[in-house]
Amino acid sequence: MEGDLAAFRTQVRDWLSANFPPSLRGLTPLTNPSEASERYESADYHRWVRAVGEKGWGVPTWAIEYGGAGLSADHAEALAQEFAKVDAFNPIAGLGVMMLGPTMLEFGTEEQKRRHLPPIARGEIRWCQGFSEPGSGSDLASLQTRCEDKGDHWLVNGQKIWTSFAHLSDWCFCLVRTDTTRKQGGISFLLIDMRTPGVEARPLKLINGASHFCELFLTDVTVPKEETLGEVNGGWTVAKRLLQHERNGLSEQRKATLDLVPLAREYVGLDAAGRLADGDLRQRLLDHLILDRAYAQTIARRAAAVEHGSPNAPAVSTLKNLGARIAQDRGDLAVEILGNRSLGWEGELYRDEELGIVHEWLYSKCFSIYGGSHEVQNNITAKHVLNLPDQ
Amino acid sequence: MVAVTHEDREMLVDAARAWVRERAPTGVLRKLRSQNGDLGYDPDLYAEMVSMGWAGMIVPEAYSGHDFGFMGMGLLAEELGRNLTPSPLIASAVAAASALLLGGTEAQKGQWLPRLVDGSSVGTLALEEAARHDPANVALTAARSGDGWLIDGWKRPVEFGMAADLLVVAARTSGRPGEASGVSLFLCEASTEGVERHPLKQIDSRAAAAIRFRNVAAGPAQLLGALDRGSGLLDQVLDRTRVVLAAEMLGSLQEAFARTVDYLKIRKQFGRHIGSFQALQHRAADLLGEIELARSSVYSALAALDSGAEDVPLLASVAKALAGRTFGHVAREMIQMHGGIGMTDEHDAGLYLKRAHIADMSGGNVAFHRERFGRLLGV
Repeated sequence: MEGDLAAFRTQVRDWLSANFPPSLRGLTPLTNPSEASERYESADYHRWVRAVGEKGWGVPTWAIEYGGAGLSADHAEALAQEFAKVDAFNPIAGLGVMMLGPTMLEFGTEEQKRRHLPPIARGEIRWCQGFSEPGSGSDLASLQTRCEDKGDHWLVNGQKIWTSFAHLSDWCFCLVRTDTTRKQGGISFLLIDMRTPGVEARPLKLINGASHFCELFLTDVTVPKEETLGEVNGGWTVAKRLLQHERNGLSEQRKATLDLVPLAREYVGLDAAGRLADGDLRQRLLDHLILDRAYAQTIARRAAAVEHGSPNAPAVSTLKNLGARIAQDRGDLAVEILGNRSLGWEGELYRDEELGIVHEWLYSKCFSIYGGSHEVQNNITAKHVLNLPDQ
Repeated sequence: MVAVTHEDREMLVDAARAWVRERAPTGVLRKLRSQNGDLGYDPDLYAEMVSMGWAGMIVPEAYSGHDFGFMGMGLLAEELGRNLTPSPLIASAVAAASALLLGGTEAQKGQWLPRLVDGSSVGTLALEEAARHDPANVALTAARSGDGWLIDGWKRPVEFGMAADLLVVAARTSGRPGEASGVSLFLCEASTEGVERHPLKQIDSRAAAAIRFRNVAAGPAQLLGALDRGSGLLDQVLDRTRVVLAAEMLGSLQEAFARTVDYLKIRKQFGRHIGSFQALQHRAADLLGEIELARSSVYSALAALDSGAEDVPLLASVAKALAGRTFGHVAREMIQMHGGIGMTDEHDAGLYLKRAHIADMSGGNVAFHRERFGRLLGV
């Protein structure tokens, strides 16, 4: 097995040296398509997406017939390590990979898996998530989007909100109400082609300015019956599993991408003893950095525990809250470090990095709201992890 | 280190957990308190621990140890922490043993390590003097006298100092208190003439000592490591000790949390279980998050000790800071969520609070390790 792994690593290295375009070195996966810069439009980038997609290495543990490479967890880990060694990245990203794919592997029919998963694995199709509604945020199961049975198809009418990248997506996985007499038990999980007449997405402007969140209007939208994932009226079960994958993915994304240490050295400066000149800020910064480090260790510990089937894996509801809080603290500290340079909204008198930090700080306030708010996560932890009595 | 598998460690943890449950309930601590002795642990229980090989976890086989590594030692300490089991295991089998392993000559290691492993000796570190932990702030002197030294001054607190027969003493051989250079370590037998030991009654019912050294003679064979350059050795010894102590604290705080959550499920007020109140549920859920971070930091530091990673000092400070902070928080919430019963001496909540405070102070508290972490990062 170990020899097998070593041979596999060699194979990956050879393949990378033949296929990874040096021009893309250091690029990160495009999780936010509205931030696509020039390099993401380049011919090299498209070639790279195709190359990884053909190998099934974007979703290495998925079965080959679904577009993956059928690799074991150990091989997938080795693959990721070899990519990292040459500063390559996995270009197959997005909600299809992170959320819908793993859920469909569990709940989808064979026909659905063979039709929907390979385009995700090749990075061809972008998915968005139609869950929240104007009247259904934390109380998601109260959703009202109407779904009528028209014999050979569904007819969907309603409104979704906070639909990330809806304006840039090809398909939407959507929760709809198929039975108005039961709450959780009246929800179904539909897969909707965004090109269907009656589907309209409008981007929302947030406190940080432009955003990838949209309102999604569904007016007399026809959906084929075979696009139902899981049982009719069984959508809540599917949705809960998908939300777990979402929280897990969001927890991963909360790892630090901004290093506050050099930023603090530059903007705050050091005193004669080599300490940050602002002692009050320094103390809070260090407290944060300690938690931040432990958070990265916790993500790694969860990954290892899940891989070994250990029952000691930290719960995703716990991780999601930790990640959100720590990332928000990072943003608060970053603008405090920038001081007067953190006041700008736009303009050439501010550095791009400064403006980026300010907008990210504003945006970070949503980390504890989306994907299930801090309070909803704590309800889940109390009930399912600590087994405390019902409220 | 010999190859230790995941299964080996699981067996160790299972054995330790069963032993703690059957042989070492928190009643052990209460009994010690009522007996009012100076040892601060039950020698019979320690003999049982030693007979299971637990004092030889980090000692190589050449010195009668089991070479099980720090991860094993830490997981063991975690189990022992659950019921606050008092024993000189960390002081002797981690702190003193590490000092010998890292700084000792073959003769020193051969003389002492097998005895620490088989329990015929108990070792401890005699470092603390002032109100705050600061390894460079050593005022106790070792002045040249012939080919040896005369050690003079006070050490307090010395953990399990009344029980130990081997004292690893940090002494100033040159320079001034506060300077890292000029500190040297000495192996000093507690029975040496001029060593006066006074018991310190501590809030955690373990016992420490204040030790007066009155011109205690130390020969060249008692110098541990390099003269005047003991600080580096001391830092390494302290980091190993801090990390294993953090693992013990992790066990204690997890048990305190588990008992608190259990209480939320049985205590009724206003006609319902108090654990059904969202205010308490959310505090408990947030606390669990802090505990997960502390766990990760402890396991990462233990793994770093075993792999010999360069960032051990940083990871040790992260682990000790988080263990201290989290144990304190859990202990305070344990009392608050138990309400009045948690304030009674009869209930164990107070034992956890007291231990949280002492364990935080030992080897540097949260503030010390935050400061050290900052210096290591260069801010």
